[in-house]
Amino acid sequence: MAENFGILFQWLLFMGMAFVSIVASILVITRKNPIHSALFMVLTLLCVAVLYILLHNPFIAIIQVIVYAGAIVMLIVFVIMLLDLETELRSKLKIVYSKVIGGFLAVLFLIGLLYVAVAKSPTGQTGSYTPEKMGTNVKTVGESLFTTYLFPFEIVSILLVAAIIGAVILSKKRT
Amino acid sequence: MWVVPTIPPALYLMLSGILFTIGVIGALTRRNAIVVFMCIELMLNAVNLTFITLSRFLQSVDGVIFAFFVMAVAAAEAAVGLAIFVMLYRSRETINVDEVNLLKW
Repeated sequence: MAENFGILFQWLLFMGMAFVSIVASILVITRKNPIHSALFMVLTLLCVAVLYILLHNPFIAIIQVIVYAGAIVMLIVFVIMLLDLETELRSKLKIVYSKVIGGFLAVLFLIGLLYVAVAKSPTGQTGSYTPEKMGTNVKTVGESLFTTYLFPFEIVSILLVAAIIGAVILSKKRT
Repeated sequence: MWVVPTIPPALYLMLSGILFTIGVIGALTRRNAIVVFMCIELMLNAVNLTFITLSRFLQSVDGVIFAFFVMAVAAAEAAVGLAIFVMLYRSRETINVDEVNLLKW
């Protein structure tokens, strides 16, 4: 009985988070003011972080909150403030039936993605990382990251250094 | 006794597909380069959700590692991309993507 209540609570949480994240991401692409878009994006990212916790992955959930919602959106908000943007006007470019064609293509794309999601259950050899073993999630991920995936990890550090240097050089004032 | 089934992976994958579609629509319809950039982040986020879901239901840790790398690349992309927008605004006084058409044939 207690397990039933737990799973029911998971369903409620999943449905709520899914609904809020979809609504917030629709608001991201429809608001005229880019600051509002950025704040609704934070809401979407936080909802997805809750879903990561439901999937027994607290490590990625924490990284999501710190890196995405904390650092990247922060950077975006700073740049929006720096640039002093006016609210976006409609494009002067007009294509006949553009809304109809675009909506049709978008629905087609969505149906394709949903079909792929439900057509086949994920097949493949299941690994050894059962939910019990993933209980100590950070330890498991860290062990894998520093043994099997050590080389890609070092490459990513070089990529980040290159990105920092590139950003500084790009935004430097020309002398 | 009636037992509640656990959440199937297909629901997570469908949610990921919906979020990805919304990101694609935004990236194709908005004019402001920063909002286009945010939509690209939304798409990366949807793909990360797919990785974590399949990693959970195939009981493998590889998906988690890959999502970690995707986040690192997204952070690098944010730094360089926003620097490019600042430079663009300095030279052209606009970041509307349809007014920046110097390279357009």
